[in-house]
Amino acid sequence: MTSPDIISTKAPGLAWARILPAVLGLGVLVYAFTSNGYVVTVVGFAAIYGLLCTGLNFFMGFTGQASFGQNAFAALGSYGSAILCTDYNVEPVLALVMTMVFSGLVALVVGYPTLRLRGHYLAMATFALGLITYEISVEWTDLTQGYMGYSGIPPLSLGPFQAQTDKQQLAVILVVLALGVLAAVRLRGSRFGRACRAIAGSEAAAGALGIPVARYKLISFVIAAVYASAAGSLFAHFVGFISPEVFGTTMVVQSFTMLYLGGIGTIAGPLIGAVVVSVLPELMRGLKDYQNIGYLVLLLAILIYAPKGVVGLLDSLSGKWRR
Amino acid sequence: MSLLEVRNVTKRFGGLLANDSIEFSVETGTIFAVIGPNGAGKTTLFNTVAGAFAPSQGEVAFRGQIISGQPVHKIAQAGLVRTYQLVQLFKTLTVAENVMVGFHRVTSGGVLAALLRKPSTQRQERMIEARTREILEFVGLTHRADVAADLLPYGEQRLLEVARALAASPTMLLLDEPAAGLNTEETESLARVIQRVNESGVTIMLIEHDMSFIMRVAHRIAVLDFGRKIAEGTPEEIRAHPDVIAAYLGGTEGFDD
Ligand SMILES: Nc1ncnc2c1ncn2[C@@H]1O[C@H](COP(=O)(O)OP(=O)(O)O)[C@@H](O)[C@H]1O
Ligand SMILES: [Mg+2]
Repeated sequence: MTSPDIISTKAPGLAWARILPAVLGLGVLVYAFTSNGYVVTVVGFAAIYGLLCTGLNFFMGFTGQASFGQNAFAALGSYGSAILCTDYNVEPVLALVMTMVFSGLVALVVGYPTLRLRGHYLAMATFALGLITYEISVEWTDLTQGYMGYSGIPPLSLGPFQAQTDKQQLAVILVVLALGVLAAVRLRGSRFGRACRAIAGSEAAAGALGIPVARYKLISFVIAAVYASAAGSLFAHFVGFISPEVFGTTMVVQSFTMLYLGGIGTIAGPLIGAVVVSVLPELMRGLKDYQNIGYLVLLLAILIYAPKGVVGLLDSLSGKWRR
Repeated sequence: MSLLEVRNVTKRFGGLLANDSIEFSVETGTIFAVIGPNGAGKTTLFNTVAGAFAPSQGEVAFRGQIISGQPVHKIAQAGLVRTYQLVQLFKTLTVAENVMVGFHRVTSGGVLAALLRKPSTQRQERMIEARTREILEFVGLTHRADVAADLLPYGEQRLLEVARALAASPTMLLLDEPAAGLNTEETESLARVIQRVNESGVTIMLIEHDMSFIMRVAHRIAVLDFGRKIAEGTPEEIRAHPDVIAAYLGGTEGFDD
């Protein structure tokens, strides 16, 4: 049993450890906006993944469920935006919202029976969802152009404002990301968010306090899907070209790495994870053939020495013992 | 009309008869205790009443409505809130946040309310925070408010579970062995909390092993043995009941097994 003194005394904090992520994040942005196209692309991908992971974190980190199928919703958003904007000249922002709604509905329909399954079954079901979506994107060539991929997707725009350059596009992506994070912050600290985090702690106790467990799980699954869809749409506009491989299982592995490495169940964690996982391989290009090895060693080191992710590590450095 | 009516409830697990035609009612404002040796079927009875599963036969009525067969959260929403024999805290949440979750039943607002954060929602949040402080004060956990729940010593975890249930403003509170594993001092403060909750108008049904605890707080007691109710009455009546004495004192089982 922990002694009362240890619990009630906060260690003197290292303030820098708490503001460090914000400072570094700002540094990355400044660097991106003053650099060439390649850096902008890497940071843009990081921001898009940050959005995807913020949504996934709601379902996995807060509500405590597992989904291996977020790539399905990213694909829906991506292909939806590509088709709407290219073939039907829909305004990109409108297409973004339309595909978010559509993905949310799909999540609702798929999640309703799936979320009655527990543990491994749910994970398997979501994994199957990703595989099915992949197959559809490969096979339904009339709609998706199959392996050839979908090209000529216009850049983001809002009314008269066209995000012509990469940097302008990055700016738009960052605005969407900021909105997404703001929404996550508000949800987390709300009656709804607390109930979700309660479900992660004990479904039995949550139910006994009047929380409709199955419904709340379903809603947080839909939230994660809507985020993934938005991330997919942004990706389509940012790159201008999408193909089925983009939304393969690599995306699932990538997003899981980001979540656990950054710190699952926190607001900053998914963002930190997205930046670290996107930027690290680039920093290691100098290692040439050993790039992958170096990357994996670093990942392992972080996971071993900071099992609660970067956020957990910073928390303990800043003397904050609780989550 | 009694607040809770358990009508001829039978619960079978395969061939095992965990509850056998149990009948009793709990009057509004009282403390009703269920006692009996380990494996007598007390927790099973609680689970049936709280909706964890449906009875094999019979029914349970709460405020005149049949609740058996309804999902747990519906029964909780109706005002019947339970705690668990094995503590079920929300481990990643702080002590204060655990209590805040308890207000779910008596507050409102979903995703949209969270995103818009209108003044009414903010007011509700402030109300929840203020009431949470009051409840923590009431059970004596104020100094632990910001501690992660799983860092609490066991006795305080049990108190927190009661505090969280109180936040839901239950009409009736079901406590499954709330004093299990507590030392004398902790049991004492728990007994005071339970009595004060009851005085504030909450009807309480509890399972307990600690006989002195039961005799002190309960208004009425039902005794279960091998799934059957063998006696019911006031603490004095139970103490003098021949079947109870036979079941407990005559057998190898003690009251405090
Ligand atoms: N979910 C279950 N499945 C099968 N048997 C159970 C279940 N729950 C309880 N039992 C059995 O029912 C009997 C009564 O158990 P329980 O209600 O927990 O007793 P008590 O709470 O009085 O100690 C025991 O024999 C126990 O093994
Ligand atoms: Mg029991």
